[in-house]
Amino acid sequence: MLEKKFEAFWDVFINYGGIDTVLEGLKNTLLIACIGLLIGIVIGTLLATIRVLPKSNIIVKILDKIAIFYVSIFRGTPMVVQLLIFYYVLMPLAGLHLKSVPVAIIVFGLNSGAYISEIMRAGILSVDPGQMEGGRAVGLSYGTTMTKIIIPQAVKNILPTMGNEFITLIKETSIVSFIGATDLYVAFQNIGNNNYEYMVPYLFMALIYIVLVVIISLIIKFMERSLRKSDKSL
Amino acid sequence: MIKVCNLHKKFGDNHVLRGIDYEIQKGEKIVVIGPSGSGKSTFLRCLNLLETPTEGEIYFDGEQINDKKCDINKVRQHMGMVFQHFNLFNNKTILDNITLSPIHNKLMTKDEAEKNARDLLERVGLSDKADAYPSQLSGGQKQRAAIVRSLAMNPEVILFDEPTSALDPEMVGEVLDVMKRLAKKGMTMVVVTHEMGFAREVADKVLFMDEGIIQEEAEPEEFFNNPKNPRLQDFLSKVL
Repeated sequence: MLEKKFEAFWDVFINYGGIDTVLEGLKNTLLIACIGLLIGIVIGTLLATIRVLPKSNIIVKILDKIAIFYVSIFRGTPMVVQLLIFYYVLMPLAGLHLKSVPVAIIVFGLNSGAYISEIMRAGILSVDPGQMEGGRAVGLSYGTTMTKIIIPQAVKNILPTMGNEFITLIKETSIVSFIGATDLYVAFQNIGNNNYEYMVPYLFMALIYIVLVVIISLIIKFMERSLRKSDKSL
Repeated sequence: MIKVCNLHKKFGDNHVLRGIDYEIQKGEKIVVIGPSGSGKSTFLRCLNLLETPTEGEIYFDGEQINDKKCDINKVRQHMGMVFQHFNLFNNKTILDNITLSPIHNKLMTKDEAEKNARDLLERVGLSDKADAYPSQLSGGQKQRAAIVRSLAMNPEVILFDEPTSALDPEMVGEVLDVMKRLAKKGMTMVVVTHEMGFAREVADKVLFMDEGIIQEEAEPEEFFNNPKNPRLQDFLSKVL
């Protein structure tokens, strides 16, 4: 039975453009997750820096409140809801006409920014306060010490957690079909739709997700190892 | 060179410094001793504004540094500090630790800064550690490297905050040696320490702090042999 189902799948995959759909889906999945992560890192670092800034003046206090609000909004609602709100509520209200993949990238970036800011904040707080004092004492500004000393060490500490965030993003891309984007899930669903045989396509889909995640894990392990060179002990 | 007027520091309800007036002259070696919690480290950290005074003024070369108009980053480039826990940058090699600020603040070119750093490292016996990371060094080596880091800025004064307190006993000597050599060269130094021998040998003035004020100030001979303040007498009887 399985053999027949596999043949049916293979037929669609090779002869009826299935492979193109899958490549398109894979491309979108990776685009959304990767660019989303990059946007998230930028937003997250910015928010985390605001959160750890000494609350010495009113502007910082207001920015801090905004950052807290931002994080609570994006952590407090499911990403599907954010996707739908952005696509079906905010965009029409603003008169914007964006394609679904760019929208997905933006929403994934905004969302992961909230999570990454918390990860980054914990990472910054985990760096010994003496590092900041050491920097300030040799006449470096707060900002320079932050970017040259604190954040590089924080990033090293949080790399495993960031890897998890990336893996989560990859897997979460399967919700972008809600706004009509073609990701891996949609691609395999389309293949199944050809002959109403979903068993093999979905198994294949799972396999591809697993392979993606394993590859990412390996890359992160490699990065951790190369960043650990400053930890070598006597 | 450094003038402190009516310095107060509160942490919440905790009144740590209760009015300190003191003046440090160029070339002087001041050693500050006192029981823990007496405010001596806080006093030192106020001098380069790592702690912001609650009240009072601090002047460095005639400029009030706890004033909003003062660029503290510039001031700190002339005021070195050596910490109990070294505070070397863990993500940088020893050479980068030393050259980061001179290069970043455009006090030296990269080549000048590196040459200067290597010269200084050689003088403290660490020339082979330039490319090592802090985690690869022993405590004594880290502290010597930290001293070099502050020296590389050509500071007018170096503040030492219990520089040997976190070291294994056999490493205390190597750090004190470097400090004594600095003192001989005429560096202005303010040292918070528990090393009475160092105070006796190097200090021009020894200060005894307790309960947030300077209880006694004297030259080491007088300070150790003829203490006047009963708290100091009590303190010395316990530590000597």
